[in-house]
Amino acid sequence: MGLSLSRIVAILSKEFTQLVRDRLTYAMIIGIPVIQLLLFGYAINSDPRHLPTAVLVQDNGQFSRSVIGALERSNYFDIRYAARSPAEMDELIGRGAVQFAITIPGDFTRRVVRRDNPQILVEADASDPAATGGAVAALLQLPSYALMHDLEGPVARSSAGGASPFEIVVQRRYNPESITSYNIVPGLVATILTMTLVMITSLAMTRETERGTMEMLLSTPVRPLEVMIGKLTPYVLVGILQAAMIMVLARLLFGVPAEGGWTALAIGMFLFIIGSLSLGFLISTVARNQLQAMQMSFFYFLPSILLSGFLFPFRGMPVWAQWVGTTLPVTHMLRVVRGSMLKGVGIAEALPSLGALSLFVLIVAGIAMKQYRTTLD
Amino acid sequence: MTLAIDVQDLSKSFGALRAVDRVSIQIEEGHITGFLGPNGSGKTTTLRMLCGLLTPDSGHGTVLRLPFPGEADAIKRQTGYMTQRFSLYEDLSIAENLAFVARIYGLDDVPGRVDGSLEKLGLTKRRNQLAGHLSGGWKQRLALAAAVIHEPKLLLLDEPTAGVDPQARRDFWDEIHRLAEGGITVLVSTHYMDEAERCHDIAYISSGTLIARGTGEQVIAQSGLVTFEASGPRADRLATEITGKPGVEMVAPFGAALHVSGTDRTSLEKAIEPVRREPWRWTEVEPSLEDVFIQLMRKQSGSVARKAA
Repeated sequence: MGLSLSRIVAILSKEFTQLVRDRLTYAMIIGIPVIQLLLFGYAINSDPRHLPTAVLVQDNGQFSRSVIGALERSNYFDIRYAARSPAEMDELIGRGAVQFAITIPGDFTRRVVRRDNPQILVEADASDPAATGGAVAALLQLPSYALMHDLEGPVARSSAGGASPFEIVVQRRYNPESITSYNIVPGLVATILTMTLVMITSLAMTRETERGTMEMLLSTPVRPLEVMIGKLTPYVLVGILQAAMIMVLARLLFGVPAEGGWTALAIGMFLFIIGSLSLGFLISTVARNQLQAMQMSFFYFLPSILLSGFLFPFRGMPVWAQWVGTTLPVTHMLRVVRGSMLKGVGIAEALPSLGALSLFVLIVAGIAMKQYRTTLD
Repeated sequence: MTLAIDVQDLSKSFGALRAVDRVSIQIEEGHITGFLGPNGSGKTTTLRMLCGLLTPDSGHGTVLRLPFPGEADAIKRQTGYMTQRFSLYEDLSIAENLAFVARIYGLDDVPGRVDGSLEKLGLTKRRNQLAGHLSGGWKQRLALAAAVIHEPKLLLLDEPTAGVDPQARRDFWDEIHRLAEGGITVLVSTHYMDEAERCHDIAYISSGTLIARGTGEQVIAQSGLVTFEASGPRADRLATEITGKPGVEMVAPFGAALHVSGTDRTSLEKAIEPVRREPWRWTEVEPSLEDVFIQLMRKQSGSVARKAA
């Protein structure tokens, strides 16, 4: 049996014609590589700089000013807060406002002069080890040069002798051993949930359109909200089950800490599930068939994984990428789930993320309801 | 005479295409009206507008004495609509499908209605079979049962018997007549002439315009068509000879016989004169509905072509 070139050409040209007419596939062929290229090339940076930092300076001497100056010049630290008490430092790092909290003790300058080897305490939010790695490495170099120009006379000579004029003590909080899985596994709760839920719901509606059952449904008196609630509720349960399963496995297999903050986590999870389902519903009102629904979901998954802070440090991204990331529910859910599992933070700290999730639900569900047609127009 | 449907100037466009163009239609209560016309003539669009699936661009009137299209929701509740394509859930069983539809309409005694419906269908024993496993004919009967489970007053059927075998079609039509006897008004689109003849009256739509209306006899009479039938050895072969002569508007073989029709008797008779001889026998016959429809279709496409030119 011979191969026929004309038959192959027939199939080939038919394939091309169909490909050119399917605009979404087209968009995918062009769009996915371009988006990936842009994201990996411009947005992702595994050695983030300009990390928000809080300082608590209890010493008024000139050396502490020099140390702060050196910190800023290193480009790793962006001093945003001058805290007044250790409690304030705790709060700032707890709610994730800063990555580092640096405390310069009261007698710093005096002890440097006395060659008493004072200590500067650096508390790092190490829940994402990748985000702090570069900065911590830079910190450890700091004592050898920070006071280079300040120290004269006998003090300078002693430092030139080898010993640093001061020491830096780094305390990695929330994930002291820098275990990557502690950061990734809670993040998986958010990404797996959103991927499965968006995909399932986006298919659920388009399946009705594709099989023609939508026409029957629309000819009955059923209302859009009734369809939406009825269709999404089963998947809310699916979502809760999935979330519980991932968290139990995270605990059993990887020993990921579960510090607390359960209320914030529960509220966040609920909002996140509803938000993901609404997004799926929205996709399904726009997509004309199941393939299109899948393709549209994919365009959502890509930034959700790359720009949310799931795989790469959020603070390492340029501002525009952070803005894009901020519109994604995954970004906020990641903060809630990491906050509660690793830090055990409460409602107050999670409030901004919970607020963002609620906003997402309102907007997306609103658009979805508007998009849903009770007619075939 | 009470009208179940009384709408004027119904129009609907999709982009540049005017799918339905100022159609006015009255349908008497309890009548079965056949809705005929070529593919793409606007039948489905009209049915969908009447049952609220599409919003008309213009048009007003009453459906079931409710203002149309203002009370579309109230109309929906009293209307049963059966789609061209099977639109129940293939992955639900027969009973589950019926129960689902009954619940969507908010009916009381859902199990009772489902049982009743199954019994009428004769599907009680197969109630747990998946709807997707039914044959084409049974699917249509199930769809009909689902469309009337809420006891509508108006039933809109969109080519309900397309692709169904003759026995199943006959059963289906018997059921429609039973429903009409019970007082339901039925508007049914079809391409089958035998089905058109089973209707109380006929509406013929072409290119979005209603061009013929009335009982079968009325539609035939209105057409002013004269038809001669030639029979004899291979009379159908005369077609090539006659086609295109002045006065001959339509030539259609019926088996070995040939129907030649036109609206001008004199020129038609002149046209067939040369072959009006042995061995063929020519008789004037009453034009069939099909003759009339094909003539209507050609007339319309002719006028469309003229308009386009």
